[in-house]
Amino acid sequence: MAEVNYGQVVRDGLWTNNAAFVQLLGLCPLLAVTGSVVNGLGLGLATTLVLIGSNVTVSLIRGVVRSEIRIPVFVLVIASFVTAIELLMNAYLYQLYQVLGIFIPLIVTNCAIIGRAESFASRHAPGPALIDALATGAGFTAALVVLGGLRELLGQGTLLAQMELLLGDGFSGLTLTVLPDYRGFLLAALPPGAFIGLGFLVALKNVIDRRMERRAGIKSIEITNGTTVEE
Amino acid sequence: MSGMLRKTGSAALVLGLFALTGTGLVAIVHGTTAERIADNERKALLHGIHALVPPAEIDNDPLADTVELTAPEAFGSEQPVTVYRARKGGREIAVVFTVVAPDGYSGAIRMLVGIRADGRLAGVRVVAHRETPGLGDKIEARKSDWIRDFDNRSLRDPKADGWAVKKDGGVFDQFTGATITPRAVVAAVHRALRYYASHREAMFLVAQREESTDG
Repeated sequence: MAEVNYGQVVRDGLWTNNAAFVQLLGLCPLLAVTGSVVNGLGLGLATTLVLIGSNVTVSLIRGVVRSEIRIPVFVLVIASFVTAIELLMNAYLYQLYQVLGIFIPLIVTNCAIIGRAESFASRHAPGPALIDALATGAGFTAALVVLGGLRELLGQGTLLAQMELLLGDGFSGLTLTVLPDYRGFLLAALPPGAFIGLGFLVALKNVIDRRMERRAGIKSIEITNGTTVEE
Repeated sequence: MSGMLRKTGSAALVLGLFALTGTGLVAIVHGTTAERIADNERKALLHGIHALVPPAEIDNDPLADTVELTAPEAFGSEQPVTVYRARKGGREIAVVFTVVAPDGYSGAIRMLVGIRADGRLAGVRVVAHRETPGLGDKIEARKSDWIRDFDNRSLRDPKADGWAVKKDGGVFDQFTGATITPRAVVAAVHRALRYYASHREAMFLVAQREESTDG
Protein backbone atom coordinates (compact mmCIF):
# COMPACT_ATOMS: atom_id res chain seq x y z
CA MET A 1 0.00 0.00 0.00
CA ALA A 2 1.37 3.34 -0.98
CA GLU A 3 2.37 5.93 1.59
CA VAL A 4 -0.60 8.17 2.39
CA ASN A 5 -0.15 11.85 1.67
CA TYR A 6 -2.09 13.46 4.53
CA GLY A 7 -1.85 16.95 3.09
CA GLN A 8 -3.42 15.70 -0.10
CA VAL A 9 -6.18 13.90 1.83
CA VAL A 10 -7.01 17.07 3.75
CA ARG A 11 -6.87 19.29 0.67
CA ASP A 12 -9.10 16.90 -1.29
CA GLY A 13 -11.73 16.73 1.43
CA LEU A 14 -11.82 20.45 2.09
CA TRP A 15 -11.45 21.87 -1.39
CA THR A 16 -10.26 19.95 -4.44
CA ASN A 17 -12.78 17.15 -4.08
CA ASN A 18 -15.32 18.84 -1.79
CA ALA A 19 -18.31 16.52 -1.33
CA ALA A 20 -20.87 19.28 -1.86
CA PHE A 21 -19.24 21.70 -4.31
CA VAL A 22 -17.26 19.32 -6.53
CA GLN A 23 -18.79 15.87 -6.21
CA LEU A 24 -22.28 17.36 -5.67
CA LEU A 25 -23.09 14.52 -3.29
CA GLY A 26 -25.52 14.60 -0.40
CA LEU A 27 -27.61 17.29 -2.03
CA CYS A 28 -30.88 16.20 -0.45
CA PRO A 29 -29.96 17.28 3.11
CA LEU A 30 -27.79 20.07 1.72
CA LEU A 31 -30.70 21.74 -0.01
CA ALA A 32 -33.30 20.90 2.59
CA VAL A 33 -31.69 22.23 5.76
CA THR A 34 -29.54 25.14 4.65
CA GLY A 35 -32.07 27.82 5.52
CA SER A 36 -29.80 29.13 8.28
CA VAL A 37 -26.27 28.83 9.65
CA VAL A 38 -27.33 26.87 12.71
CA ASN A 39 -29.20 24.24 10.68
CA GLY A 40 -26.29 23.83 8.27
CA LEU A 41 -23.77 23.55 11.09
CA GLY A 42 -25.92 21.05 13.00
CA LEU A 43 -26.43 18.74 10.05
CA GLY A 44 -22.79 19.15 8.99
CA LEU A 45 -21.53 18.09 12.41
CA ALA A 46 -23.93 15.13 12.53
CA THR A 47 -22.76 14.05 9.07
CA THR A 48 -19.11 14.39 10.15
CA LEU A 49 -19.71 12.18 13.19
CA VAL A 50 -21.30 9.51 11.00
CA LEU A 51 -18.40 9.79 8.55
CA ILE A 52 -15.84 9.30 11.32
CA GLY A 53 -17.70 6.25 12.66
CA SER A 54 -18.24 4.65 9.27
CA ASN A 55 -14.77 5.40 7.85
CA VAL A 56 -12.92 4.02 10.87
CA THR A 57 -15.16 0.96 11.11
CA VAL A 58 -14.95 0.20 7.40
CA SER A 59 -11.18 0.58 7.55
CA LEU A 60 -10.92 -1.80 10.53
CA ILE A 61 -12.96 -4.49 8.81
CA ARG A 62 -11.42 -4.07 5.35
CA GLY A 63 -9.60 -7.44 5.57
CA VAL A 64 -12.61 -9.35 6.88
CA VAL A 65 -15.36 -8.46 4.47
CA ARG A 66 -15.34 -10.04 1.02
CA SER A 67 -15.94 -7.69 -1.84
CA GLU A 68 -19.27 -9.28 -2.85
CA ILE A 69 -20.96 -8.27 0.38
CA ARG A 70 -19.08 -5.06 1.11
CA ILE A 71 -21.88 -2.70 0.01
CA PRO A 72 -24.58 -4.22 2.28
CA VAL A 73 -22.05 -4.25 5.13
CA PHE A 74 -21.23 -0.57 4.54
CA VAL A 75 -24.94 0.25 4.52
CA LEU A 76 -25.44 -1.64 7.80
CA VAL A 77 -22.52 0.18 9.41
CA ILE A 78 -23.68 3.61 8.22
CA ALA A 79 -27.32 3.02 9.13
CA SER A 80 -26.33 1.88 12.64
CA PHE A 81 -24.24 4.99 13.25
CA VAL A 82 -26.92 7.30 11.88
CA THR A 83 -29.58 5.78 14.12
CA ALA A 84 -27.30 5.98 17.15
CA ILE A 85 -26.49 9.63 16.44
CA GLU A 86 -30.16 10.42 15.86
CA LEU A 87 -30.97 9.02 19.31
CA LEU A 88 -28.08 10.91 20.91
CA MET A 89 -29.18 14.19 19.32
CA ASN A 90 -32.73 13.59 20.47
CA ALA A 91 -31.40 13.07 23.99
CA TYR A 92 -28.78 15.82 24.25
CA LEU A 93 -29.65 18.43 21.60
CA TYR A 94 -33.41 18.17 21.83
CA GLN A 95 -34.29 21.60 20.42
CA LEU A 96 -31.99 21.26 17.44
CA TYR A 97 -33.39 17.79 16.89
CA GLN A 98 -36.85 19.34 16.70
CA VAL A 99 -35.62 21.47 13.80
CA LEU A 100 -33.42 18.95 11.98
CA GLY A 101 -35.24 15.80 13.09
CA ILE A 102 -36.57 14.46 9.83
CA PHE A 103 -33.30 15.12 7.99
CA ILE A 104 -31.06 13.14 10.34
CA PRO A 105 -32.21 9.71 9.05
CA LEU A 106 -31.55 11.05 5.55
CA ILE A 107 -27.83 11.08 6.34
CA VAL A 108 -27.99 7.36 5.52
CA THR A 109 -28.77 8.30 1.94
CA ASN A 110 -25.88 10.76 1.70
CA CYS A 111 -23.79 9.18 -1.05
CA ALA A 112 -20.74 11.07 0.17
CA ILE A 113 -20.52 8.73 3.17
CA ILE A 114 -20.71 5.43 1.32
CA GLY A 115 -18.51 7.02 -1.34
CA ARG A 116 -15.72 7.64 1.18
CA ALA A 117 -16.18 4.13 2.63
CA GLU A 118 -15.83 2.55 -0.80
CA SER A 119 -13.16 4.72 -2.38
CA PHE A 120 -10.97 5.48 0.63
CA ALA A 121 -11.66 3.78 3.96
CA SER A 122 -11.84 0.24 2.53
CA ARG A 123 -8.36 0.70 1.07
CA HIS A 124 -6.52 2.49 3.89
CA ALA A 125 -5.54 2.01 7.53
CA PRO A 126 -7.77 3.51 10.29
CA GLY A 127 -5.48 6.54 10.78
CA PRO A 128 -5.72 7.90 7.24
CA ALA A 129 -9.41 6.87 7.13
CA LEU A 130 -10.04 9.04 10.19
CA ILE A 131 -8.21 12.01 8.64
CA ASP A 132 -10.19 11.52 5.44
CA ALA A 133 -13.46 11.48 7.42
CA LEU A 134 -12.52 14.67 9.28
CA ALA A 135 -11.49 16.47 6.08
CA THR A 136 -14.51 15.36 4.06
CA GLY A 137 -16.82 16.16 6.98
CA ALA A 138 -15.26 19.58 7.49
CA GLY A 139 -15.56 20.32 3.77
CA PHE A 140 -19.20 19.27 3.72
CA THR A 141 -19.95 21.21 6.93
CA ALA A 142 -18.26 24.32 5.54
CA ALA A 143 -20.38 24.06 2.40
CA LEU A 144 -23.57 23.74 4.47
CA VAL A 145 -22.61 26.69 6.70
CA VAL A 146 -21.69 28.96 3.77
CA LEU A 147 -24.88 28.13 1.88
CA GLY A 148 -26.91 28.41 5.10
CA GLY A 149 -25.35 31.79 5.85
CA LEU A 150 -26.03 33.06 2.34
CA ARG A 151 -29.68 32.01 2.46
CA GLU A 152 -30.19 33.25 6.01
CA LEU A 153 -28.73 36.63 5.10
CA LEU A 154 -30.76 37.01 1.92
CA GLY A 155 -33.89 35.37 3.25
CA GLN A 156 -34.15 36.95 6.70
CA GLY A 157 -31.40 39.55 6.94
CA THR A 158 -29.76 37.86 9.92
CA LEU A 159 -26.76 35.64 10.60
CA LEU A 160 -26.27 33.06 13.36
CA ALA A 161 -29.91 33.27 14.48
CA GLN A 162 -30.93 30.64 17.03
CA MET A 163 -27.40 29.42 17.66
CA GLU A 164 -28.59 28.55 21.18
CA LEU A 165 -30.23 25.45 19.70
CA LEU A 166 -26.76 24.04 19.14
CA LEU A 167 -24.59 25.75 21.75
CA GLY A 168 -26.92 26.13 24.71
CA ASP A 169 -28.95 29.01 26.11
CA GLY A 170 -25.89 31.12 26.88
CA PHE A 171 -25.46 31.83 23.19
CA SER A 172 -28.88 33.24 22.39
CA GLY A 173 -27.36 36.71 21.88
CA LEU A 174 -25.19 35.68 18.93
CA THR A 175 -27.74 36.70 16.32
CA LEU A 176 -26.40 39.38 14.02
CA THR A 177 -29.12 41.47 12.47
CA VAL A 178 -27.15 42.44 9.42
CA LEU A 179 -29.98 44.14 7.61
CA PRO A 180 -32.35 45.86 10.08
CA ASP A 181 -35.99 46.26 8.98
CA TYR A 182 -35.31 43.81 6.19
CA ARG A 183 -38.52 42.55 4.64
CA GLY A 184 -37.03 39.18 3.72
CA PHE A 185 -36.39 37.73 0.30
CA LEU A 186 -38.67 34.73 0.15
CA LEU A 187 -36.96 33.02 -2.79
CA ALA A 188 -33.74 32.60 -0.82
CA ALA A 189 -35.55 30.89 2.04
CA LEU A 190 -37.43 28.48 -0.24
CA PRO A 191 -35.93 25.36 -1.88
CA PRO A 192 -35.25 27.09 -5.23
CA GLY A 193 -33.03 29.50 -3.31
CA ALA A 194 -30.93 26.54 -2.22
CA PHE A 195 -30.42 25.41 -5.83
CA ILE A 196 -29.61 28.92 -7.04
CA GLY A 197 -27.30 29.58 -4.09
CA LEU A 198 -25.48 26.28 -4.62
CA GLY A 199 -25.07 27.13 -8.31
CA PHE A 200 -23.48 30.47 -7.49
CA LEU A 201 -21.16 28.94 -4.90
CA VAL A 202 -20.00 26.21 -7.32
CA ALA A 203 -19.36 28.90 -9.92
CA LEU A 204 -17.45 30.98 -7.38
CA LYS A 205 -15.29 28.01 -6.48
CA ASN A 206 -14.50 27.42 -10.14
CA VAL A 207 -13.53 31.06 -10.60
CA ILE A 208 -11.19 30.89 -7.60
CA ASP A 209 -9.67 27.65 -8.90
CA ARG A 210 -9.02 29.19 -12.30
CA ARG A 211 -7.43 32.29 -10.77
CA MET A 212 -5.13 30.15 -8.67
CA GLU A 213 -4.19 28.04 -11.67
CA ARG A 214 -3.32 31.10 -13.67
CA ARG A 215 -1.31 32.58 -10.84
CA ALA A 216 0.65 29.36 -10.49
CA GLY A 217 1.50 29.76 -14.18
CA ILE A 218 1.01 26.12 -14.93
CA LYS A 219 -1.95 24.20 -16.18
CA SER A 220 -1.86 21.29 -13.81
CA ILE A 221 -1.73 21.88 -10.11
CA GLU A 222 1.30 20.29 -8.59
CA ILE A 223 0.09 17.47 -6.43
CA THR A 224 3.32 15.87 -5.32
CA ASN A 225 4.08 18.47 -2.70
CA GLY A 226 1.34 18.20 -0.12
CA THR A 227 2.76 20.44 2.58
CA THR A 228 0.65 23.49 1.88
CA VAL A 229 -3.09 23.64 2.00
CA GLU A 230 -4.58 26.17 -0.33
CA GLU A 231 -7.74 27.79 0.94
CA MET B 1 -20.36 -26.85 -5.63
CA SER B 2 -19.64 -27.31 -1.92
CA GLY B 3 -16.91 -24.68 -2.19
CA MET B 4 -19.40 -22.17 -3.50
CA LEU B 5 -21.86 -23.13 -0.79
CA ARG B 6 -19.22 -22.56 1.84
CA LYS B 7 -18.34 -19.17 0.35
CA THR B 8 -21.98 -18.12 0.31
CA GLY B 9 -22.44 -19.45 3.81
CA SER B 10 -19.53 -17.51 5.22
CA ALA B 11 -20.68 -14.35 3.45
CA ALA B 12 -24.13 -14.76 4.95
CA LEU B 13 -22.53 -15.34 8.35
CA VAL B 14 -20.43 -12.18 8.12
CA LEU B 15 -23.46 -10.16 7.00
CA GLY B 16 -25.51 -11.61 9.85
CA LEU B 17 -22.78 -10.73 12.34
CA PHE B 18 -22.74 -7.13 11.16
CA ALA B 19 -26.51 -6.91 11.34
CA LEU B 20 -26.35 -8.23 14.89
CA THR B 21 -23.55 -5.84 15.94
CA GLY B 22 -25.31 -2.86 14.36
CA THR B 23 -28.60 -3.72 16.03
CA GLY B 24 -26.73 -4.22 19.30
CA LEU B 25 -25.15 -0.76 19.04
CA VAL B 26 -28.51 0.86 18.34
CA ALA B 27 -30.12 -1.10 21.19
CA ILE B 28 -27.47 0.03 23.67
CA VAL B 29 -27.75 3.68 22.62
CA HIS B 30 -31.52 3.45 22.75
CA GLY B 31 -31.34 1.94 26.22
CA THR B 32 -29.10 4.69 27.55
CA THR B 33 -30.98 7.58 25.94
CA ALA B 34 -34.63 6.48 26.19
CA GLU B 35 -35.14 7.97 29.64
CA ARG B 36 -33.56 11.27 28.70
CA ILE B 37 -35.55 11.51 25.48
CA ALA B 38 -38.81 10.83 27.34
CA ASP B 39 -37.80 13.46 29.88
CA ASN B 40 -37.05 15.96 27.09
CA GLU B 41 -40.45 15.38 25.54
CA ARG B 42 -42.13 15.76 28.92
CA LYS B 43 -40.31 19.01 29.60
CA ALA B 44 -41.10 20.39 26.15
CA LEU B 45 -44.78 19.57 26.61
CA LEU B 46 -44.85 21.10 30.09
CA HIS B 47 -43.08 24.17 28.72
CA GLY B 48 -45.79 24.45 26.05
CA ILE B 49 -48.57 24.13 28.63
CA HIS B 50 -46.95 26.72 30.90
CA ALA B 51 -46.71 29.15 28.00
CA LEU B 52 -50.52 29.07 27.86
CA VAL B 53 -51.34 28.65 31.55
CA PRO B 54 -48.65 30.28 33.74
CA PRO B 55 -47.39 27.91 36.46
CA ALA B 56 -48.17 30.51 39.13
CA GLU B 57 -51.88 30.12 38.45
CA ILE B 58 -52.00 26.38 39.09
CA ASP B 59 -50.85 23.95 41.75
CA ASN B 60 -51.27 20.56 40.09
CA ASP B 61 -49.15 18.68 37.54
CA PRO B 62 -51.13 18.87 34.28
CA LEU B 63 -49.08 16.00 32.82
CA ALA B 64 -50.36 13.70 35.58
CA ASP B 65 -53.96 14.99 35.41
CA THR B 66 -55.15 13.91 31.99
CA VAL B 67 -58.09 12.39 30.20
CA GLU B 68 -58.21 10.81 26.74
CA LEU B 69 -61.03 11.89 24.48
CA THR B 70 -61.82 10.86 20.93
CA ALA B 71 -63.56 13.41 18.72
CA PRO B 72 -62.20 13.33 15.16
CA GLU B 73 -64.31 16.24 13.95
CA ALA B 74 -63.40 18.59 16.77
CA PHE B 75 -59.74 17.61 17.19
CA GLY B 76 -58.90 16.84 13.56
CA SER B 77 -57.37 13.51 14.55
CA GLU B 78 -58.72 9.95 14.53
CA GLN B 79 -56.55 9.11 17.54
CA PRO B 80 -57.63 9.79 21.11
CA VAL B 81 -56.40 13.22 22.20
CA THR B 82 -54.88 13.70 25.64
CA VAL B 83 -56.44 16.60 27.53
CA TYR B 84 -54.21 18.11 30.24
CA ARG B 85 -56.08 19.72 33.10
CA ALA B 86 -54.77 22.62 35.17
CA ARG B 87 -56.25 23.12 38.64
CA LYS B 88 -55.62 25.15 41.76
CA GLY B 89 -56.82 23.89 45.11
CA GLY B 90 -58.93 21.36 43.23
CA ARG B 91 -60.72 24.14 41.31
CA GLU B 92 -60.76 23.95 37.53
CA ILE B 93 -58.49 26.53 35.90
CA ALA B 94 -57.94 25.42 32.31
CA VAL B 95 -57.65 22.53 29.86
CA VAL B 96 -54.85 22.20 27.32
CA PHE B 97 -55.00 19.81 24.38
CA THR B 98 -53.68 19.25 20.88
CA VAL B 99 -55.81 20.19 17.91
CA VAL B 100 -54.95 19.45 14.29
CA ALA B 101 -56.00 21.69 11.42
CA PRO B 102 -55.98 19.21 8.52
CA ASP B 103 -56.45 21.87 5.85
CA GLY B 104 -53.21 23.89 6.00
CA TYR B 105 -51.51 24.96 2.79
CA SER B 106 -49.00 22.08 2.99
CA GLY B 107 -50.72 19.53 5.16
CA ALA B 108 -51.74 19.33 8.76
CA ILE B 109 -50.99 22.04 11.33
CA ARG B 110 -50.69 20.78 14.92
CA MET B 111 -51.35 23.22 17.71
CA LEU B 112 -51.72 23.32 21.44
CA VAL B 113 -54.95 25.04 22.54
CA GLY B 114 -55.56 26.20 26.09
CA ILE B 115 -59.09 27.03 27.24
CA ARG B 116 -59.86 28.57 30.64
CA ALA B 117 -62.69 27.27 32.79
CA ASP B 118 -64.88 30.24 31.83
CA GLY B 119 -64.57 29.45 28.12
CA ARG B 120 -62.00 32.13 27.24
CA LEU B 121 -58.89 31.05 25.36
CA ALA B 122 -55.74 30.91 27.44
CA GLY B 123 -53.92 30.92 24.15
CA VAL B 124 -52.91 28.93 21.09
CA ARG B 125 -49.42 27.82 20.03
CA VAL B 126 -48.51 26.03 16.81
CA VAL B 127 -46.45 22.93 17.60
CA ALA B 128 -45.75 21.51 14.14
CA HIS B 129 -46.48 22.62 10.60
CA ARG B 130 -45.02 22.60 7.10
CA GLU B 131 -46.34 25.95 5.89
CA THR B 132 -44.28 28.08 3.51
CA PRO B 133 -41.34 29.81 5.24
CA GLY B 134 -41.78 33.58 5.12
CA LEU B 135 -45.50 33.36 4.34
CA GLY B 136 -47.55 30.82 6.26
CA ASP B 137 -45.05 30.39 9.08
CA LYS B 138 -46.20 33.66 10.69
CA ILE B 139 -48.52 31.41 12.70
CA GLU B 140 -45.47 30.59 14.86
CA ALA B 141 -45.32 32.66 18.04
CA ARG B 142 -41.63 33.41 17.55
CA LYS B 143 -42.13 34.72 14.00
CA SER B 144 -45.10 37.00 14.58
CA ASP B 145 -47.66 38.05 17.19
CA TRP B 146 -50.56 36.89 15.06
CA ILE B 147 -51.28 33.79 17.16
CA ARG B 148 -51.59 35.95 20.30
CA ASP B 149 -54.70 37.53 18.84
CA PHE B 150 -56.53 34.42 20.11
CA ASP B 151 -55.69 35.22 23.75
CA ASN B 152 -58.87 35.81 25.75
CA ARG B 153 -61.13 35.23 22.75
CA SER B 154 -64.22 33.10 23.30
CA LEU B 155 -67.36 31.96 21.51
CA ARG B 156 -68.93 35.34 22.47
CA ASP B 157 -65.92 37.36 21.31
CA PRO B 158 -66.34 37.39 18.39
CA LYS B 159 -69.72 35.83 17.61
CA ALA B 160 -69.88 32.79 15.34
CA ASP B 161 -69.74 34.66 12.02
CA GLY B 162 -66.68 36.58 13.22
CA TRP B 163 -64.63 33.38 13.56
CA ALA B 164 -63.02 33.74 10.15
CA VAL B 165 -60.24 35.73 8.50
CA LYS B 166 -61.09 39.27 7.39
CA LYS B 167 -61.16 38.25 3.75
CA ASP B 168 -64.06 35.90 4.63
CA GLY B 169 -65.87 38.55 6.66
CA GLY B 170 -64.39 37.63 10.05
CA VAL B 171 -62.25 39.52 12.56
CA PHE B 172 -58.89 37.75 12.22
CA ASP B 173 -56.07 39.09 10.05
CA GLN B 174 -54.79 37.04 7.16
CA PHE B 175 -51.18 37.37 5.96
CA THR B 176 -50.10 39.04 2.76
CA GLY B 177 -49.85 36.18 0.29
CA ALA B 178 -51.20 33.54 2.66
CA THR B 179 -54.89 33.20 3.46
CA ILE B 180 -55.24 29.42 3.54
CA THR B 181 -52.96 28.97 6.56
CA PRO B 182 -54.65 31.44 8.95
CA ARG B 183 -58.07 30.33 7.71
CA ALA B 184 -57.24 26.73 8.70
CA VAL B 185 -55.95 27.79 12.13
CA VAL B 186 -58.95 30.02 12.90
CA ALA B 187 -61.39 27.26 11.93
CA ALA B 188 -59.56 24.66 14.06
CA VAL B 189 -59.50 26.93 17.13
CA HIS B 190 -63.21 27.67 16.66
CA ARG B 191 -63.95 23.92 16.49
CA ALA B 192 -61.99 23.39 19.71
CA LEU B 193 -63.94 26.13 21.51
CA ARG B 194 -67.30 24.74 20.40
CA TYR B 195 -66.27 21.26 21.53
CA TYR B 196 -65.26 22.65 24.91
CA ALA B 197 -68.58 24.46 25.29
CA SER B 198 -70.54 21.23 24.83
CA HIS B 199 -68.14 18.84 26.62
CA ARG B 200 -66.88 20.96 29.50
CA GLU B 201 -67.77 18.38 32.16
CA ALA B 202 -66.14 15.47 30.35
CA MET B 203 -62.94 17.46 29.84
CA PHE B 204 -62.58 18.35 33.49
CA LEU B 205 -63.84 15.04 34.86
CA VAL B 206 -61.46 13.63 37.47
CA ALA B 207 -59.52 10.77 35.94
CA GLN B 208 -60.17 7.17 36.85
CA ARG B 209 -58.09 6.11 39.81
CA GLU B 210 -56.41 3.13 38.11
CA GLU B 211 -54.37 5.33 35.80
CA SER B 212 -51.12 3.72 36.95
CA THR B 213 -51.95 0.51 35.07
CA ASP B 214 -51.18 1.95 31.66
CA GLY B 215 -48.41 4.21 32.90
